[in-house]
Amino acid sequence: MAVLDHVDHTLDCQGLLCPIPVVKTNKKVKEMTVGQTLLMLATDPGSMPDMTAWSKQTHQELIGAEQEGKLFKFYIRKTR
Amino acid sequence: MATTLETGQQLDSSVERQIQQAVERYVDLRLEEEEDKRRQRPKKVAIIATKGTLDWAYPPLILASTAASIGMEVGIFFTFYGLNIINKKKNGSLAVAPLGNPAAPMPVPNLIGAIPGMTALGSKVMRSMFKKHGVASIADLLEICVESGVKMWPCGMTMDVFGYKPEDFMEGVQPVCGATHFLDYASDADISLFI
Repeated sequence: MAVLDHVDHTLDCQGLLCPIPVVKTNKKVKEMTVGQTLLMLATDPGSMPDMTAWSKQTHQELIGAEQEGKLFKFYIRKTR
Repeated sequence: MATTLETGQQLDSSVERQIQQAVERYVDLRLEEEEDKRRQRPKKVAIIATKGTLDWAYPPLILASTAASIGMEVGIFFTFYGLNIINKKKNGSLAVAPLGNPAAPMPVPNLIGAIPGMTALGSKVMRSMFKKHGVASIADLLEICVESGVKMWPCGMTMDVFGYKPEDFMEGVQPVCGATHFLDYASDADISLFI
């Protein structure tokens, strides 16, 4: 079961390596309005700890994350 | 114990104690405010990029673009061969030599690495390998750095020695400066890296 049934935006970063998924996510979140949610898809093997750190540093909420084989799904909410 | 004032009057010890407590409270409050200010300002990163080969161009640009993406303030001082990374005439053709590099993913014997053309070949292989794996190009990373407000300073001294001109550097870099300016920036940095 997905962390969220509905998201406002989706960003596909599959096949992209560090630091592009973080750079793109950050850019996307900047364009969103506060409260909106984003599903980011990535295959970068380091993206789980990286996205956790991004959330900690930027104070944007990482609602949850899932791993399906090599695919990572990050559910993010813009908080500020 | 009472203190004698400059006017010759005696200061009552209870008044003195009260003044002392008030001053202490005030100092604590101000220190806390300063600490809060420090905590609230974005983290500051200072990087020195000194290498101009394809492999060494990546770390400063990756760290800078990532730091900018997590809200940090970033400045890179490009000096010596690092200048090539921001030199328009050079940064499209940064190379890596297989000669004397036993750490290469596919090590080349030195005798073969010394053959003319091997550096060009090695660089081509690295570039295509990076592309295949989804690594951003140097041009992409530079664009991200400029877009995200990373300050990139060319070192004036090495620019002069290498015969580069300020107009050789890509758009978006800061005016040419010296070590003093960079050190002033870096003096209150939270993260400092020499690459």
